Amino acid sequence: MDLLRFFTAGNVDDGKSTLIGRLLYDSESISTDILETLTRQSKTTGENTTIDLALLTDGLRAEREQGITIDVAYKYFSTDKRKFIIADTPGHAQYTRNMFTGASTAQLAIILVDARNGITDQTKRHSIISATLGIPQVLLCINKMDLMAYSEDRFNEIVSEYQTFSELIGLNKVDFIPTSALAGDNVVHSSEKLSWYKGLPLLEYLETVKVDEGNLKEEARFQVQYVIRPQTEALHDYRGYAGSVLSGNFHVGDEVTILPSGVQTRISKIESNLKEVKTAGKNQPVVIHLEDDLDISRGNTIVPKNALPQTEKSVEATICWMDNGAFNSGQKFLLQQNSFRTKAVIKEIHSKIDIHSFQDLESDGNLQLNELAKVSIKIAEALSFDSFKNLPKSGAFILINENTNQTVAAGVI
Amino acid sequence: MKDYLDELEAEAIYILREVAGQFDRPALLFSGGKDSICLVHLALKAFRPGKFPFPLVHVDTGHNFQEALDFRDSLAAELGEQLIVRNVVDTIAKHNLQDAKGKFPSRNGLQTHTLLDVIEEFEFDVCIGGARRDEEKARAKERVFSVRDEFGQWDPKLQRPELWSIYNGKIDKGENVRVFPISNWTELDVWNYIKRENLQLPEIYFTHERECVVTEQGQLMANNQFLNLEETDQVVTKKVRYRTVGDMTCTAAVESEAFTFDDIIAEISNAKISERGATRMDDRISEAAMEDRKKGGYF
Repeated sequence: MDLLRFFTAGNVDDGKSTLIGRLLYDSESISTDILETLTRQSKTTGENTTIDLALLTDGLRAEREQGITIDVAYKYFSTDKRKFIIADTPGHAQYTRNMFTGASTAQLAIILVDARNGITDQTKRHSIISATLGIPQVLLCINKMDLMAYSEDRFNEIVSEYQTFSELIGLNKVDFIPTSALAGDNVVHSSEKLSWYKGLPLLEYLETVKVDEGNLKEEARFQVQYVIRPQTEALHDYRGYAGSVLSGNFHVGDEVTILPSGVQTRISKIESNLKEVKTAGKNQPVVIHLEDDLDISRGNTIVPKNALPQTEKSVEATICWMDNGAFNSGQKFLLQQNSFRTKAVIKEIHSKIDIHSFQDLESDGNLQLNELAKVSIKIAEALSFDSFKNLPKSGAFILINENTNQTVAAGVI
Repeated sequence: MKDYLDELEAEAIYILREVAGQFDRPALLFSGGKDSICLVHLALKAFRPGKFPFPLVHVDTGHNFQEALDFRDSLAAELGEQLIVRNVVDTIAKHNLQDAKGKFPSRNGLQTHTLLDVIEEFEFDVCIGGARRDEEKARAKERVFSVRDEFGQWDPKLQRPELWSIYNGKIDKGENVRVFPISNWTELDVWNYIKRENLQLPEIYFTHERECVVTEQGQLMANNQFLNLEETDQVVTKKVRYRTVGDMTCTAAVESEAFTFDDIIAEISNAKISERGATRMDDRISEAAMEDRKKGGYF
């Protein structure tokens, strides 16, 4: 069985948490004791709400008190066809950075739209973030159709508006589904009220959607996480480089280059799962051994000799500023790409990205919480990278404030 | 990578190696329960043929099942890894604390003191734990790298963004990170993994006959010397097993005939009650019991 990781985003009150609650409830993934607790908590004053499904994911006291989602909640369920990990992300603009956290590991985005309001600023922001993060698949879920009398015209109107926008921002693949999460229409079961809709209901869509796994011929990349050196008598000369394959495949005998040093050697042995293997593929945790005894440490990159990434002391990137405090010019950071860390400064903010038009706006030299910008970053030690679009794991990084230790920005090259 | 167990395993090994790479003094919290047994197995895959870059640490409440303690000791010995045990009773004496009271005296709150003490004693900068997000809704909100302040407190409103698989474990001296490599595993994933890897477990996870006290909520508590029973309490002998292995004073057994991994997997797949709901008395206190414990330094 395979695993699909998706996140839900949208405006406050578009019904994200209710939609997830509905998915879990109608697919019988909620345990009876949790239902009892929910029933106790739910306000029973509403006309048709005996259970407030949003309470399933709003796990913090402050969230339940205010009836909003502050931080990502992860939920798990499975059907006969697939296992799912859901990241329910906050809708408030103020908590966009938490939405970024949930989105960054997802293969599919469900962006909710209130059928009454159509495409809003927040829809655009979440779509731009999905495009920036290279989410392979986006599903626009046009919810609260019950409040628009299940109108096909209204659905089509929103679809056409969004199509124009998604092409503009370069979203890969977009699908559309009309739903009412509250009433349960078209979430797990298709609905007669939406008989004009010929596609799959949401759950079936999620069970069957093919998520693009990227380029099969991608270049091989490996970064050292940890050096295993038992230093016992029996294993006196054992020196293995532990890490996960970031992309592509490695084989015993491959001629490789170590970066940033540029030294060349050959793979003498690969271990995975405590056994020797001949090849290792994407995401596989391995221990790589090299023919020569070299000075290689955590954060060093191993790549095929004939397929080198760029190795530079400066990068051009798009970043999302995530700190409550604004950016100060001259601020010192640590740039972290997987296990590689080096000191960094933002040399220049070229432009900011307008969330309405997706146009580059002239920079005022500032960066505020949740703003997207194109920047030049100068770093102390050379970074080996690829474009995020080609090899996501080699083209993504975070910036850490050296003083507060906070993660203040996410970047893609 | 098509199989989800491979994917979950790869994620956990990656996280364990990040811990080893980023921190000076890590520890792995090991109770002899199924989740921490999985962690130890994953650590073998992450670090062998080297030694673990951390000791195994157990906070013993004094209310643990002997079977779990025996298992803990024998596994640590078999692997040749260091095991550090600190006892809640000693913390109670040292800090002059009030011991747990009542019919089912739970030292769940008290063990936080011992945990914080052992962190201070060995200057651990990170503790690896087997908590999973599917267990409880406050846990569903926690990052894989959960940064705690000097008092071990979790601030759910100020969590660091956690992007892709880039983990920021940078902290100041005195602070501490809790890392949860199997965050994304469910109870069923754990069992499917235990079956696939054919892991040894303490016997109490499998069906056995046991004298139990029936609580007011109908839960079955092992009859043991730590309970303060009244004459009216009903003691019955049932075929039971444990879904979680916590303290004898606050962990309930479930009626079960499950004898093999497959029996257990079938039983959990059909269970209508969640793992913690079926077995934990401590979460029934309030809706935010777990959130409050975490804010207080609990793992």
